Amino acid sequence: MTPLLTTKDLSRNFGGLRAVDTVDFTLMPGEIRAVIGPNGAGKTTFVSLVSGRIQPSSGAIVFDGADITSQPAYIRVRQGIAYTFQITSVFANLSAYDNVALPVQRTLSDGRSKGAVRAGVMSALERTGLADRANMPAGQLSYGHQRLLEVAMGLALKPRLLILDEPTQGLADSEIDNFIALVRDIAKGATVLLIEHNMPVVMQLADRITVFNAGKILAEGTPEAIRENAAVQEAYLGTAP
Amino acid sequence: MSEASPAKAYALHLGIIALLFVLSFVLPEYYHGLLARIMVLAVFAMGYNMLFGYVGLLSLGHAMFFGAGLYGAGLAIIQLGWGVPAAFIAGIACGAVLSLIIGLLALRTTGVAFMIVTMMFAQVFYLLILYFANWTGGDQGQVVPQPARVLDFGATALDLTNPTVRYMTALALFSFVLLVTLAIVRSRYGRVLVGIRENEERTKMLGYDTFSNKLMAVVVSGTICAASGAAYALLFGYVGSSFASVQYSILPLLWVLLGGAATTIGPLIGTVFMYYVIDVTSGYTSAYLLIVGIALILLVLFFPKGILGTIRQRWLGWLP
Repeated sequence: MTPLLTTKDLSRNFGGLRAVDTVDFTLMPGEIRAVIGPNGAGKTTFVSLVSGRIQPSSGAIVFDGADITSQPAYIRVRQGIAYTFQITSVFANLSAYDNVALPVQRTLSDGRSKGAVRAGVMSALERTGLADRANMPAGQLSYGHQRLLEVAMGLALKPRLLILDEPTQGLADSEIDNFIALVRDIAKGATVLLIEHNMPVVMQLADRITVFNAGKILAEGTPEAIRENAAVQEAYLGTAP
Repeated sequence: MSEASPAKAYALHLGIIALLFVLSFVLPEYYHGLLARIMVLAVFAMGYNMLFGYVGLLSLGHAMFFGAGLYGAGLAIIQLGWGVPAAFIAGIACGAVLSLIIGLLALRTTGVAFMIVTMMFAQVFYLLILYFANWTGGDQGQVVPQPARVLDFGATALDLTNPTVRYMTALALFSFVLLVTLAIVRSRYGRVLVGIRENEERTKMLGYDTFSNKLMAVVVSGTICAASGAAYALLFGYVGSSFASVQYSILPLLWVLLGGAATTIGPLIGTVFMYYVIDVTSGYTSAYLLIVGIALILLVLFFPKGILGTIRQRWLGWLP
């Protein structure tokens, strides 16, 4: 099976800081992959490079067999890489409906029909449990619902790779359980790359875990293997246990 | 916006057009002429609103697009001896080409830099008019002669200097542009423009090429403004450099702010309101601009979203 996403020697410098340092990364289709690591390890920079929000200093990114390193972000989105923002970035003044209509209308192949937009929007809102809030301005939704709206916008893009950047940050415990079920549901149709700090969520969801530290991949493996990994424990706790 | 009842919105817009039509037979001569002028300038404001209201790009150089239409149509008649329809199309084409070029250059910037770049380009345009004075008439301007402003259809001729013909021509242009803006705003493209205004970075990450969409909006906006300028030259017969000066870049901004940015009817209301205030106050005092200024300050303080924007916010959420 060919990988969905690979990066080769991928680096990004900010001044003297190597935020991402010669990272070789491979993601197989259908996986739920969690990316973990201490603050400042380069996780968000890494997924920003993949999604095209920032350009790499060197290295290459291959998506579904094609080199996308030099392509602008919007082209990558069209090829199936969807990114949901770490800091909630919905259109606060637009209704939840319009927020989701923007990604839906772009993915529709038939040019005209209004019904198709509506059906697509409502299906994404229903999957995330927001259907009854369709006409509320997104800025008036609770924080947890705004996070879900982010995911609904990502879903509406019909992505092949959905990147979720700390999706459960700020969610209540009760909301997190629903969220885990939602991500499992999404993973039936798409590959999921998840940055997450909440370890129980990571352990429940991830097929494999990649650990970043100081811009490099420190370890990679199944949740069990990562839990037992001494180097990972050191990076997180500062000393070997 | 998308979910609001379309029938109501279209009924309102057609109602306004009908009202303007009826006014033609009711208004006294002075106001009849004034309203014809206001309708042409409201088209200018609607073009400006397309970019400022819906995309959130504040240009301080739209006088050059109005001027492109004005001079494109005016000089086609005066210098080249073209007929009215060809001159009108020439004016619009000048605006479309100019806005495409300016858009390609100015959209490399955003925010304050965009304001300054558009203002600089408009100044260049203004100074070029003065520089080529023997062709353009310089700061004196030129009059488009009455015989050249007649539409000849063989048996019948439409004289654009006739008040009723002039009013109806202005109304036709106004109605067309009003309905086109309404259609654009309600379309998927309109939703993308609002997305860019609200959060460009997010819109990009939903797979939209925001540069092309903005460029398209600049061209639509510039072309509408040029149509207004071309109509002005043909209907009122004067082509002068003052219409390309910085004052005419600021006026549409004021009209749109007054009426309500990002509302389809706001530009008309703002233009009418401004002319009405000037008309009333200048009857009492020669310092009428002072009163206009105070009225503007009060409006911005108490109705920051403009007249129609406030109405939409408080009472009529369905207004497009």
